Amino acid sequence: MEIFGIPTQALFGQLLIGLINGSFYALLSLGLAVIFGLLNIINFTHGAQYMMGAFCAYFLLTKLGIGYWWALAVTPLAVGIIGMVIERLMLARLYKLDHLYGLLLTFGLALIIQGLFRNEYGTSGIPYALPQELAGGHNLGFMFLPNYRAWVILASIVVCLATWFMIEKTRLGAYLRAATENPQLVQAFGINVPRMITLTYGFGVALAAFAGVMAAPIYQVNPLMGADLIIVVFAVVVIGGMGSIMGSIVTGFALGLIEGLTKVFYPEASNTVIFIIMAIVLMIKPAGLFGTQR
Amino acid sequence: MSAVHELAPRAGGFAHQRIAAAVMIAFFALAPLVAYPVFLMKVMCFALFACAFNLLIGYGGLLSFGHAMFLGTAGYASAHAAKVWGFPPEFAILFGTACSALLGLVTGLLAIRRQGIYFAMITLALAQMVYFFYLQAPFTGGEDGIQAVPRGKLFGLLDLDSVWAMYALVFAVFVGGFLLIHRAVHSPFGQVLKAIRENEARALSLGYDVNRYKLLAYVLSATLAGLAGATKVLVFELASLTDAHWTMSGEVVLMVLLGGLGTVFGPVVGALIIISMENYLAQIGSWVTVVQGVIFVICVLTFRRGVIGELGRLIGKPL
Repeated sequence: MEIFGIPTQALFGQLLIGLINGSFYALLSLGLAVIFGLLNIINFTHGAQYMMGAFCAYFLLTKLGIGYWWALAVTPLAVGIIGMVIERLMLARLYKLDHLYGLLLTFGLALIIQGLFRNEYGTSGIPYALPQELAGGHNLGFMFLPNYRAWVILASIVVCLATWFMIEKTRLGAYLRAATENPQLVQAFGINVPRMITLTYGFGVALAAFAGVMAAPIYQVNPLMGADLIIVVFAVVVIGGMGSIMGSIVTGFALGLIEGLTKVFYPEASNTVIFIIMAIVLMIKPAGLFGTQR
Repeated sequence: MSAVHELAPRAGGFAHQRIAAAVMIAFFALAPLVAYPVFLMKVMCFALFACAFNLLIGYGGLLSFGHAMFLGTAGYASAHAAKVWGFPPEFAILFGTACSALLGLVTGLLAIRRQGIYFAMITLALAQMVYFFYLQAPFTGGEDGIQAVPRGKLFGLLDLDSVWAMYALVFAVFVGGFLLIHRAVHSPFGQVLKAIRENEARALSLGYDVNRYKLLAYVLSATLAGLAGATKVLVFELASLTDAHWTMSGEVVLMVLLGGLGTVFGPVVGALIIISMENYLAQIGSWVTVVQGVIFVICVLTFRRGVIGELGRLIGKPL
């Protein structure tokens, strides 16, 4: 069977890869958007924290014998706490300055973290075994769907929607949105805004670490796995605009799919298609598809 | 607007800057007598690159995280022109610089649509796109780069294979570029740029076409970064992907941050420090990245004025 002269197996295979990539774009850009909303900084360390998530899962497995499922729960917590320490010790000193300093600081931190891991583990990548329960896959007739990949897409959608629900529909989320609009006023109502900022940063980092654990069995554990990815995620963020949580989720998945389709129809452009889309969006709607210019 | 006046003293207030400029020029004129000339040429190329970058952040308030695309583009273009088309060095450099200027115009039109953090992310993403293009394009030689670029004879007379002739050319390019930036910053154009940086809405309400000024600054910065890249390729006879990679964009940010954002001499000092560090730390290889990261963190947390900014504060005059 063929569609547009492309065998369906290849087409759906690439679409699946696109959805997987989109899952990671969505999780990472969601984390960036959450952090940006309250802290007004772009977290350049996000890629390094994603990588730390994968390494944390690897350490848990090799050093402590703790498997994938526990790692999925423990890692976001551990890396998130490291993130909160960074926020308290360093980022908290910069809130009164130009937001660009936050970008420069987190860029420096990313260089340090990635440099240290690269010195220790090289750049070749360490395999991380699939969890037993998700080995194998199903034949859907038009394509073969590995169980683990289905799980990644499903888990990513669930986590993204849960985050959206928490921010848009709960009382805690209402505080968060209020503090995004006017931190002084929210503080005056007796809410501990600095603590909220710390927790928000921790949460955004935890999302990156969660993505890292999920990526480990697919992409291997590699010190530089987040270095180039974060730049693509930046482009995703520019395309979606940072105004809306749902916007970054939808944009993430959609761009993953578009990238997958490009791999089928014009593979030469698959590396650059997201950047090209970014350029087009900037020409038509500079604030981003879901964003509001501020 | 008070901050603008503070930054732009009346004519005659620049005596100490003239002295500092003379010291700097004398340093680069005499240093090859005691230091390795190729090292100094590298420093001057990166110093010009950093000055070009500083023009944008220091005077326009625009943080570009993609300046490597101009260094890399000019490098590939001039290397290709010199090696494949047999251009003489002066035209190879001009061609490379013109290509960067054109890239600056195209990317600038896109990037100046957003400000602040978005501007940084957009320039980074555009530079990454350019990087992937060079990674795949056949004429760049992929991972090998363009090697053995001929230096040729300058104006058909001066054989650049002589290290002193090459040094003289790099010296002239660096000093020329530096003085051009100095001129631009102290011209009415530079003053408007500073006004936009201080208060964009106000500059707009005063009737300045803010976006045109930003674009002009961006293109000028891209052009001079390209000039640095094209010259550097002739020095090392090599154009490679390193020059176009995002780590290079980060490196030039680091140079300017360490030397002093928005200072006249900061980028030069920053380039000198970072290139020396890389030279001496070459044995420890990949630790260089870690050291760079540590310098970033220290500068942002405790040393935001940079070396020259602090020095200027010490003597009470902007340097």
